[in-house]
Amino acid sequence: MDIALEQVGYTYAAGTPFQKQALHDVNVRIPSGSYTAIIGHTGSGKSTLLQHLNGLLKPTSGVVRIGETQVTKDTKGKQLKPIRRKVGIVFQFPEHQLFEENVLKDVMFGPLNFGVEEEEAKVRALRWLERVGLPEGTAEKSPFDLSGGQMRRVAIAGVLAMEPDVLVLDEPTAGLDPAGRKEIMDLFYELHGQQNLTTILVTHSMEDAARYADHMIVMHDGTDVLQGPPGEVFADAERLGEWRLGVPRTVSFQRLYEEGAGLPPGPPALTEEQLAAYLAADLGKGGGAS
Amino acid sequence: MERILSLQDVRFTYTPDDADGRHAVDGVSFDMQAGEWIAVVGHNGSGKSTLARLMIGLLFPQEGTVGLFGDTLTEDNLWEKRSQMGMVFQNPDNQFVGATVQDDVAFALENNGIPFEEMTLRVRDALRQVKMDTFLDHEPQHLSGGQKQRVAIAGALALRPRLLILDEATSMLDPQGREEVIRVILELREKTGLSVISITHDLEEALLADRVVVMNGGRKFAEGTPQEVFLKGESLTALGLDLPFAMRLSALLGEQGIGTEPGTMTERKLVEQLWTLRSNR
Repeated sequence: MDIALEQVGYTYAAGTPFQKQALHDVNVRIPSGSYTAIIGHTGSGKSTLLQHLNGLLKPTSGVVRIGETQVTKDTKGKQLKPIRRKVGIVFQFPEHQLFEENVLKDVMFGPLNFGVEEEEAKVRALRWLERVGLPEGTAEKSPFDLSGGQMRRVAIAGVLAMEPDVLVLDEPTAGLDPAGRKEIMDLFYELHGQQNLTTILVTHSMEDAARYADHMIVMHDGTDVLQGPPGEVFADAERLGEWRLGVPRTVSFQRLYEEGAGLPPGPPALTEEQLAAYLAADLGKGGGAS
Repeated sequence: MERILSLQDVRFTYTPDDADGRHAVDGVSFDMQAGEWIAVVGHNGSGKSTLARLMIGLLFPQEGTVGLFGDTLTEDNLWEKRSQMGMVFQNPDNQFVGATVQDDVAFALENNGIPFEEMTLRVRDALRQVKMDTFLDHEPQHLSGGQKQRVAIAGALALRPRLLILDEATSMLDPQGREEVIRVILELREKTGLSVISITHDLEEALLADRVVVMNGGRKFAEGTPQEVFLKGESLTALGLDLPFAMRLSALLGEQGIGTEPGTMTERKLVEQLWTLRSNR
C-alpha cells in the first residue's frame, strides 16, 4: 500500500494565540513494501508527520493518500477507521498504554475493536505473543507483573495482532538494553520480509536507519529536505550537519580513515561488516584490490 | 583517600517470604573512593537498578551493609546521608516540578530551607556548570531531552552533593543529548572532583569511568578499569552487553585477516593503527 503526502501542512491550535505551524509543504512518497526510515532533529516535525500516517491527525492543508483512501481536512472521523486497521503504529514506550487485567485481553483488544470475532482474536493474540518471543504462560499474567522488556513485547504484539499492512515504529527500542534493542529490531526486519509489510521507522539512530532501511526521508524545520536510499542520504555528512543530524558511526570512522590515508570519500559503509570489508580491501586483505 | 561508599556482601530479594525466591542482588561488595567515577553496567534485569536503590536507601538489604560517607546506612541517618547525594533518573519528563528552569533547580533548596540570597546564587552557579544559565525562565517542557537532563543534573548539583548518582540518565536521550550530558559530567569531574556513579548499559559511556562494575544475575560479574573489563570481550557480549564500537570493528577486521592490538577501545587508537598498517604495506 503506497502512502503519499502532497503539499501537506499542519498547524496546531489554528486560530488561537498558541498557533504553531508544525508541517509545511511536505511532499513525500513511501513506496509499498519499502522499509522507510524517517529521521530529523527534535522539533523537525517527524512526530507530527507520523500521526498523519493513520489519520490520527488530518492535514490542515494538502492531501494524505493511504492506499486508495484520501485524507484531507474535510475527511470525516468515521472514514478513518479502515485506515487505522491497515496502518498499525507502535508508539514510543508503548508499554505505557497497557491497561487490561491480563496480557491476552490486552493483545485481543485491538482486533476485537476492529470487528474480529472473539475466537479468531484469541488465536491471533496467542500466535503473536509467541512470535514476539514471550514465554508460554505469559498470556494469563497481568501485564504489570512483567519486566519492562516483556511489557514492550506485549504492546508490540497488540499492534501486530491487528495484522496491519503498514507498520509504523516510533523509536521502538528507546530505553532497552543493547541485546533487547537488537532482538526487537531483528524481529521487525524479519516480519517486514515475511509479512510483505511496508515498514516506517522513525528513529534517532542513524545506525538503525543505515542497517535496516532501504529508503529514507529527512525532515527539517517542518518539511522534507531529502529523500533517497541510505547510501545517498549518508554520503554527504556536511549537509546532514546543517540539519543537525549526523552520519552512522561506521561512516564517521570511514571518513576519518580516508582523510588520514589521503583517500577520496568512498560510498558510505552502512554496516560494521561493510566497513570492515571496505577497510580490508583498501589494506589489501580480504580479497580486495592491490 | 576518603571512602565514599562501601557495599559489604549485600543481598536483597523482592520476595523475602519465598525461601526459593531469587535475589535481585546476591552478595555484592565494592568500595568507592572520593573523586572516583564508577560505571555499573548490566543488561535489563541484571540487578543494577536494585543496586542503585540500595545505595540511596530506597531499599535496605536483608543481608550485608551499605556504608555511605563512613557510616552504615540506616533508617535513622538516611535523610542526613541522602542530603549529601544528588540523583538523576532515566526519564527527563518525570522529574520536573518547577514551572521554569530556575524554579525547578531551586525546588530542593527551598525544601532544605536555604536562604533566598544563597539559593539564587546556587541556582545560577549550578545552571552555569551544566551550561543552561541562559535558560533561567524557560519552561521545562520546551527543552530537548539533553537539556532537560542537564537541568536535572543542575538540580542535584545545587545541593552541593558529595556523590552524584546517575540511574540510566542518558538512556532515553538522542545521540546529541547523550553527548551533551556526558560532556557536562566529564567537565564537572575535572573541575570539581565530584564522585560519580553512573548506572548504564551504554558501554561507550562506561569507557570514560575510572572503574567499571559489571552486574549479571544479581552478582558482580567483573570489576576493574574499563581496559581490564572490556578485555573479557565475548563473555560480556554473552551477557547481552555491547562492546565499544572500536572493539567490535577490530573483531570484524580480525576475521578479514587484519590484526590490531588487543584491547584497542577507542576509535582514535584504532584508526591510527590502520594508518600505520597502510603506510607499511
